Amino acid sequence: MNENTADHSSLGIEAPEEITRRRFFEKLSITLASFCAAVVGVPLIGFIIAPLFRKPPAKWVTLGKVNEFQIGKTVSVTVIDSSSLPWAGVTAKSAIWLRRESETSFIAFSANCTHLGCPVRWLEGAELFMCPCHGGVYYNDGSVAAGPPPLPLFRYNVRVENGEVKMNPVVVPITTTS
Amino acid sequence: MKQLFKSIWVWLDDRIGISVLLKPMKHIAPQDAKWWYVFGTATLIAFIVQVASGVALAFSFIPSSSQAYETLVFITNDAPFGSFLRGLHYYGASAMVLMVGAHMAQTFLFGAYKFPREMTWTTGVLLLGFTLAMGFTGQLLRWDQTAAWSVVVAAEQAGRVPLIGPWLAHFILGGNTIGGATLSRFFAIHVFVLPAIMFGFIGLHLWLVLRHGISEPPVAGKPVNPETYRREYDELLKKSGRPFWPDLAWRDVIVCTGLIVAIALLAHFIGPPALDKPPDPSVLDADPRPDWYLLWYFALLALIPNRIEGYVMILGPVLIGLLLLIIPVLNHKGERAASRRPWAIAVVCLSVIMIGSLWIEGQQSPWSPNFQALPLTEKVIGATSGPVFEGALLFHDKACLNCHLVQGHGGRRGPDLTYIADKLTHDNMVIRIVNGGNNMPAFGSSLKPQELDALVAFLESRKRPIRPQDQGPMARK
Repeated sequence: MNENTADHSSLGIEAPEEITRRRFFEKLSITLASFCAAVVGVPLIGFIIAPLFRKPPAKWVTLGKVNEFQIGKTVSVTVIDSSSLPWAGVTAKSAIWLRRESETSFIAFSANCTHLGCPVRWLEGAELFMCPCHGGVYYNDGSVAAGPPPLPLFRYNVRVENGEVKMNPVVVPITTTS
Repeated sequence: MKQLFKSIWVWLDDRIGISVLLKPMKHIAPQDAKWWYVFGTATLIAFIVQVASGVALAFSFIPSSSQAYETLVFITNDAPFGSFLRGLHYYGASAMVLMVGAHMAQTFLFGAYKFPREMTWTTGVLLLGFTLAMGFTGQLLRWDQTAAWSVVVAAEQAGRVPLIGPWLAHFILGGNTIGGATLSRFFAIHVFVLPAIMFGFIGLHLWLVLRHGISEPPVAGKPVNPETYRREYDELLKKSGRPFWPDLAWRDVIVCTGLIVAIALLAHFIGPPALDKPPDPSVLDADPRPDWYLLWYFALLALIPNRIEGYVMILGPVLIGLLLLIIPVLNHKGERAASRRPWAIAVVCLSVIMIGSLWIEGQQSPWSPNFQALPLTEKVIGATSGPVFEGALLFHDKACLNCHLVQGHGGRRGPDLTYIADKLTHDNMVIRIVNGGNNMPAFGSSLKPQELDALVAFLESRKRPIRPQDQGPMARK
């Protein structure tokens, strides 16, 4: 190619088609390489970030019969994520703290500390939730009693229907950002 | 026979170019580059140990949320050398973090980040970040209760990043919560993505070491002048340079041998970190803690004031990373010797002291309630019945003991109450218990009047014993 160009130059003839041809191949190669990268890359990135766009099903789950819970008591209730992947195993499970306030009134607290998401424990005698990680403490209504939590414990929507306590388990467990 | 082997070697070397590949090992380096210069090689060797032991572990580890824990139990308890390999991987990671820290400190103190090695430093800083990311993702692959909750903590932290926080958190979890997608993401990141990036950057880092040469030990009063440095360095190598292999490399070999032996001994005699309970998020009796190399950050998040926590959590690592990256831009010439750069010594010492102090605090975690606190014994209470005894029982039942020490029993979150009666009056105690304050919950609504009286009676009995020498002469008689 260089020899040809040199020949043209020596004859004083410009070789626009040679340069155009070279640039054509250059652009063709870059375009094809970009196309190949897109063909492989777009589905690849889409596959990796797909969970970002997966909407949780707004499905009410049953926590138990109303009469299974004592008024004034707070207990942990295991919730199974119905939308979990088949190989989730035990990680399909999560837990919430359920407090029965009256005959018909319940509060369902997220078990995640609003500081950094560690699991809070209910101390029956003290009527306090305590976090083992950085010492966050909450009263029995979920309000902050001490420590670093910036917000009260997150509350889920709860309703009583046909003698059963039901909960809408959305936004678990990224509580501080919701 | 010898001739045959020689012929085979000559043929292979001609076709593959082994000698050419190994030629960089014989690059000329300053002869004074001695024991202080071994940390980079030690870091590389620790990385190789990680790759080798990681590949071996991957033969049995199943990155599935439902099966990973069982495979880890199998590797630890049943697989031949499984426990040793897990230990090798764990202590190898620890060694890598330590060596990369030592390598950075040495490079910083020797001023080796200055012209023309700015990008060598920068790639090293990025490799530090990747090393820590490998450490964190590796801890999560130990798919037990602590690992599962650590993912939640990571997602919560990521969730605080402005604008993209919730996206990041969902990306980390692989959905809205921990589940089937979570572990496989971390497996892919830990085993494929980060190592691939690290291989690339290690290659670049080594290429830059070869391109700019190993820095000569600094000499006080001999500053770096970008206009003359390269010429002076070349003259130094011509005058007194030595081939890295074998003239200088033997020290690296000795240190790396010691490192590998130490890792192997720890793996054999102490073994890998014990597995926690299975990763069942419905079990709330969990106490997640990061591995030692991130424990200082865990402590920092507990100790900083709440109002600046968000900034420290997000901006802190970003600012530290940026600062490390731009150090050679800000300070690329001048004195290299630490004796002429006292601020450099101060920075390294303060960093070590700060991280060390936070690490010790993280180990003790005095801010965490003691959930294992047992009821006080009759000996500690000093009574077997009556208000003092009942108050002591309440002190345990109402979780006061989770946060307060009494004669060495209980938690350390709040003040030690062993001699609280010497400091607070009856009324002060009542006010404090009922209203709370100073990071203590108010118990006014959860205590009955007689319970409050008993509790105060117990606290009033917590006095320093009167010694004979404290009593007046009449009393001693």
